[in-house]
Amino acid sequence: MSGRITNILLVGVGGQGILLASEILSETCMLAGFDVKKSEIHGKSQRGGSVVSHVRYGRQVFSPLVPEGEGDILFGFELMETCRSLPLLKPGGTVVANDLKIAPPSVLMGQESYPEGLEDRIEALFPGFLLVDGQGLASEAGNPRAANTVLLGAVSRRLDIAERYWLEALEKMVPKKALEVNKQAFMMGRAL
Amino acid sequence: MKEILSGNEAIARGAFEAGCRVACAYPGTPSTEILENTITYKEIDSSWAPNEKVALEVAIGASFGGGRALCTMKHVGVNVAADPLFTLSYTGVNGGLVLVTADDPEMHSSQNEQDNRNYARFAKVPMLEPADSRECKEFTRLAFELSEQYDTPVMLRTTTRISHSKSLVELGERVTDLPEPKLVKNAAKLVMLPGNARLRHPLVEERMAQLSRDGSTMAINRLEMRDKAVGIITSGVCYQYVREVLPTASTLKLGMVHPLPHDLIREFAAKVETLYVVEELDPFIEEQVRAMGIGVTGKEIFSLCGELTPGRIRTAFGLPEAAASPAEKLPGRPPNMCPGCPHRGVFFVLNQLKAYVTGDIGCYTLGFMPPLSAMDTCICMGASVGMATGVTKVVSKEEQKRVVAVIGDATFRHTGINGLLDMVHNQAPATLVILDNRITAMTGRQDNPASGFTLMDEPTSRIDFPLLCKALGVRHIRVINPLDLEQTRRVLQEEMNRPEPSVIITDKPCVLVKREGVFQKGPVYSVEVETCTGCRACLRIGCPAIEWRPAGDGGRKGTAWIDPLVCTGCDVCRQLCKFDAIGRAK
Ligand SMILES: Cc1ncc(C[n+]2csc(CCOP(=O)(O)OP(=O)(O)O)c2C)c(N)n1
Ligand code: SF4
Ligand code: SF4
Repeated sequence: MSGRITNILLVGVGGQGILLASEILSETCMLAGFDVKKSEIHGKSQRGGSVVSHVRYGRQVFSPLVPEGEGDILFGFELMETCRSLPLLKPGGTVVANDLKIAPPSVLMGQESYPEGLEDRIEALFPGFLLVDGQGLASEAGNPRAANTVLLGAVSRRLDIAERYWLEALEKMVPKKALEVNKQAFMMGRAL
Repeated sequence: MKEILSGNEAIARGAFEAGCRVACAYPGTPSTEILENTITYKEIDSSWAPNEKVALEVAIGASFGGGRALCTMKHVGVNVAADPLFTLSYTGVNGGLVLVTADDPEMHSSQNEQDNRNYARFAKVPMLEPADSRECKEFTRLAFELSEQYDTPVMLRTTTRISHSKSLVELGERVTDLPEPKLVKNAAKLVMLPGNARLRHPLVEERMAQLSRDGSTMAINRLEMRDKAVGIITSGVCYQYVREVLPTASTLKLGMVHPLPHDLIREFAAKVETLYVVEELDPFIEEQVRAMGIGVTGKEIFSLCGELTPGRIRTAFGLPEAAASPAEKLPGRPPNMCPGCPHRGVFFVLNQLKAYVTGDIGCYTLGFMPPLSAMDTCICMGASVGMATGVTKVVSKEEQKRVVAVIGDATFRHTGINGLLDMVHNQAPATLVILDNRITAMTGRQDNPASGFTLMDEPTSRIDFPLLCKALGVRHIRVINPLDLEQTRRVLQEEMNRPEPSVIITDKPCVLVKREGVFQKGPVYSVEVETCTGCRACLRIGCPAIEWRPAGDGGRKGTAWIDPLVCTGCDVCRQLCKFDAIGRAK
């Protein structure tokens, strides 16, 4: 690997398990022998605000933040949050998005409606982006709560890190009783 | 062994490796996880204090007793701990003492973005500033050594991006050759009366001058020569951004930001053509470099406000911006109180009663947001109580009735009790509401004297709020169930009308308290679609479990719907529905 840094953004809504997903991702990068940095803002996550986590890996990483407009991969756990973070991506960047929609307070209260056609907006800017039925596939794997792992699997295919490091990280970070389901969910995502 | 650690985890590790015996803190973002990690080392006695002043005093005691002590807090916490800090600077230490200040440029979760490097200068103590997790660990170890070597407390400053970013850290062993703590009397050094303090002050000045001289050869102040056209003095996370954006520029990376190493700065300035300082917030380094008679560019091109990012540095240096796609217009997603939060009903009623609410800091500060919209002030922890007293001093008798101070249980213990003492002593006709949810919820549910457990998860005495208020001299003390809107309204109205100080204590736990038997989830509620008239009354509490479902076909207005996976069964929405459309799900 040259001096090139890979910039990944994980975005979604507080409570969706984004921090755990970014932990698994950065652990994988470390196991694969890369320098890695990760950054996010805690606090807002607890009460359902927007969450953005940055993970960067390569030979030597300086900034823990992905420089604006230089993201290589946007990994969206919720559709509107995926859309909100598109400006962080470089032109031609990769988008992997869960098709889940979570209504924000103004929509819950009926003051606004959840925006329509977000998929088309993403497609217009990042043609060929991957929309994943995370919950559906995770249910097939045995637990709808493993949706994040399906997405992680889908992202893993788009990174230059061998499969065994991902599995090693899952084994290290996921509680024993949930491990099999998560491995299965990961492999289903990896096939996408 | 290498691990990925956050800055906070690395500071805890550094304290462990340095042989630290005592860690005492008050929680506050972004510092909180340091103590949540020192508890994983059984060699360190870790505890939450009721506020930052007490936390520092505990650490000072441990240091004077001969042990190494760590004290951590968020930036505004140092305001609370400033009194002991400034005199501790005179006494110096016995066992090493390290005070971590976690600053929050950009105010990701704070009420101001004060630059605490100014405290190091003001209190005349050295300050180290790490630039990643590896340095967090190494600098913490070094800070303990410097503390003992120079007989001074040492401040370690992080910012949110350092505290909450993770990077690789090589773990080391705990030092074992430290002397055993024992009591030693030394009044001339430790009793700061004028006669003794006058003798100590010159020693402080000598110490700082010595540190400034020694700083020029300390390994943590690092001169890195690359292209000589541009030279940048920087520290902390800004160093990483500079290396990212201007990889060919020469840098003077300061690990010790106070006192500045004058000789090294002169040497660097002489070697480069144009000198810059890249620092967040105040021109702390810049002004001192300028005072040395060296020309430098800093805040001419950088803002005094907010944090820096690689992009902002790129812009400041006139480099082309990345070609990103434009921002989409989308509904915002602000944080909200949890479904079933015991604070919600109180603010709903305060809004109805048109109260003027002097507020405080905690989860309940979200009560200022629509639709609850029932908080009128928020300054700092504990301020609500004194401010209510102050407001009643100037408004008419009629308006006095509307004045209500609202404070959380943790915030009340932190610095609210003194305010109540004043309210009672001076008989201000205000009402104080203490929201006792049994936990410090805002910062991630730390135990406190209202929860009855310590940081080490050991049971301890639980504060008795009514008894405490009684002892302070409050004559009207009411305990209410905040999930009962009728009772909440009646009691609030009565106490607001009373031209005397009174206290109302709410008695329902935070829904996220995990400890058994504290919070109990109720039965899930649902809306009967046939009965719901679409009046939207239940939406006025902003519960995230309740969703408005507009009718598709135009006929009816639409109905409310309750998400059974989110509802905690608090019953509040049922009390708002005039048509009995909400009840326990069948
Ligand atoms: C001086 C200072 N220290 C720490 C903090 C961080 N902080 C904000 S709110 C809070 C405590 C909130 O607890 P509580 O009053 O019980 O309200 P809750 O969040 O439980 O509703 C803390 C520690 C701060 N803002 N200022
Ligand atoms: S964490 Fe607790 S106190 Fe905070 S909003 Fe949720 S229920 Fe309320
Ligand atoms: S009972 Fe009503 S107000 Fe309470 S959590 Fe459930 S939906 Fe929200």
